[in-house]
Amino acid sequence: MQLKNYETVFILTPVLSDQQMKDTVEKFKQILKENGAEFVNEENWGLKKLAYPINHKSTGFYQLFEFKAPTTAINSLEVEFRRDERIMRFLTTALEKDALEYNIKRKKGDFKKVEKTEVANDTSK
Amino acid sequence: MTLVNEPVNRPEIRKKYCRFKKNGIKYIDYKDANFLLKFVNEQGKILPRRLTGTSLKFQRKIAQAVKRARHLSLLPYVTDSLK
Repeated sequence: MQLKNYETVFILTPVLSDQQMKDTVEKFKQILKENGAEFVNEENWGLKKLAYPINHKSTGFYQLFEFKAPTTAINSLEVEFRRDERIMRFLTTALEKDALEYNIKRKKGDFKKVEKTEVANDTSK
Repeated sequence: MTLVNEPVNRPEIRKKYCRFKKNGIKYIDYKDANFLLKFVNEQGKILPRRLTGTSLKFQRKIAQAVKRARHLSLLPYVTDSLK
C-alpha cells in the first residue's frame, strides 16, 4: 500500500514519571510500527506549560512523531489515543510538499526561517 | 508669521505587502507559537488581513495554523494578557 506522510503531536499528562512517559511514547511508536509505519523523525519537547488548563492540568509532556504510514494506520492510532487516558490532546496532520520541505529545514537549522520573517516584520511596522 | 500654510508632515505612506509572498515562505508551522503570535492580538484573536497585509492564500493558512496551535494548547483560545 502507498505510504503517506504524517505528523502527529500529542500531550501526555504531567503526573507520569520520566520512565512512564517514555514507556507511553514507546507504546504508540510500537502501534505505528505494527501498522506498517516508517519513522522519519521524532522529537520530545519535554514538560511544557500549557496555554490553558486541560483536565485541570497546567503542564504536559509534548511529543512529536513524523512518519510515513498507510492511511489505515491513522485510524487505529487515533483510536488508541482516545482510549489511553494518559493522552490529554493529540493532533495528526497529513504533510504536503511544502510542509515536508519545511520540516527538513527545521530538522537541520530550525531558526534560519524564523530570522528571515523577523526582519520582514520590522519593516512592515 | 506668514500667511502661507505650513506643510503637514504626514508619515510616509507605505504600501502593505504579504510577507509570505515577499520572503518566499510556503508553509506556516503551527508548532511555532512565537511566530504565530505576530498574527494574533493580545486577546489571542486572529488579526484581519487589512492590518497585517497578508494575502488571502496565506491568511487562510495562518488561520489554520493558529487554530491547530490552539488545539494543542500552544496558543490560548481566550486571554487578556498575551504580549
